[in-house]
Amino acid sequence: MLTHSPRQADQTSARHTISAGDYFVGQVNKGQVFRILDLEGNQAADTLFYNAHDSAERYSASDTIREQGNIYLSTGSQLRSNDNNVMLEIVADTCGRHDTLGGACSTESNTVRYDLEKRCMHSCRDSWMLAIAEHPELNISKRDISHNINFFMNVPVTQNGGLAFEDGISAPGKYVELVAHMDTTLLISNCPQLNNPCNGYNPTPVELLIWDA
Amino acid sequence: MKNYIEHIDYHTEIPANSHWSVRVRRGSCMRLTDLSGNGNLAMLFYNPENLLERYNAPDTLKCQHTFKLTAGHCLYSDMGRIFASVVADSCGWHETVCGNSHAQHVEQRWGARDYQNHHNDWQQNGNDAFLTELAKYGLSRVDMAANVNWFSKVTSDDQGNLQLADNNSLAGSQVLLRFEMDTLVLMHSCPHPLNPSHNYPRHPIAVELGTAQALKEDDLCRNSCDENRRGFDNNRLYHIGCI
Repeated sequence: MLTHSPRQADQTSARHTISAGDYFVGQVNKGQVFRILDLEGNQAADTLFYNAHDSAERYSASDTIREQGNIYLSTGSQLRSNDNNVMLEIVADTCGRHDTLGGACSTESNTVRYDLEKRCMHSCRDSWMLAIAEHPELNISKRDISHNINFFMNVPVTQNGGLAFEDGISAPGKYVELVAHMDTTLLISNCPQLNNPCNGYNPTPVELLIWDA
Repeated sequence: MKNYIEHIDYHTEIPANSHWSVRVRRGSCMRLTDLSGNGNLAMLFYNPENLLERYNAPDTLKCQHTFKLTAGHCLYSDMGRIFASVVADSCGWHETVCGNSHAQHVEQRWGARDYQNHHNDWQQNGNDAFLTELAKYGLSRVDMAANVNWFSKVTSDDQGNLQLADNNSLAGSQVLLRFEMDTLVLMHSCPHPLNPSHNYPRHPIAVELGTAQALKEDDLCRNSCDENRRGFDNNRLYHIGCI
């Protein structure tokens, strides 16, 4: 559902621009609100969430989908953990639909999806691997890298069970905003994928804006 | 289905509300039979050589442009390899996005799990069933990926609303898997998390293991899309030097 936020960009407590192909790690605390802003449009932000005090509790696509009985994420979606707790809730969304079925790109899945010789092209999972290598304090390892959210990505499911990867429905300035219901570690890969329309074949920056409670 | 089976060597029955795990060798086949109809068999796959390599539902769905699983599909690991191919399926639709029920769901719907009073008819939930099997291999909830729910059909309308289909799986419906690499298979027969039954559903599933026929040039799964041909190429690379 399309909903706008009353929050003003000049009242944020922090702002971070994430270039395409880069990662962001950081924490939002319970009650804080953050916005992911698609600066130039049609950009996928592959995102994982962890309980900031126990990385074994993390975003779970299955639990989220099952509890809301719906495969798409938008305003009102409660993002649940593998312990079925509500971690975050989408409180504003000017895009209208976000994907949590398609997962992240990896160099390994690139070989299957595009070409065996594309194994060395950059991918979201490699961004996450670099992130966890550079941030051992997070206590996150490969086994914690699970099924993520693709903000701004459009992956419609058909009634006869097909799955399509379509041009994004995002555009410059579209955003999604979430409130944290627990202290949460964010791990975002701003998708570097060059082989499909999820970034319009032209990955661009996104911005993260954070407001205090 | 028998076109893919060399011979069956083992037969067992997973009772309702139960769990099991088994290491399956490359070249083996596994035939699942929904004995009573309306069953659900949840399944997870790991590489026993490296337990960090595990079934990846997103990669499985997106590389085959499918939301459902049926004959012709392959089950992918997060490393671009194929654990198993779905070589035959009399059911037509299996889902891999809804996960498991938790203890709280089963308790709210049908009452608490209670071994003292119910013995092996206890009302086990899928999440705890998998946790029990995972722990046998040093794995935990950290390692629990999105699983397959064999015999359960979940559809999505245009708005993304999910519906568990009634009577998707008739008594005797079968799925045949052919393993393309050595695989640790975890399974449970607990109810599908969207099952609305008045009583706790109890459906046993037969599991048979045997030897699969060798892959043929015109193999259904390898040839169903270019992505699967490349997936099989990745498995071939993994097995270079193997007999």
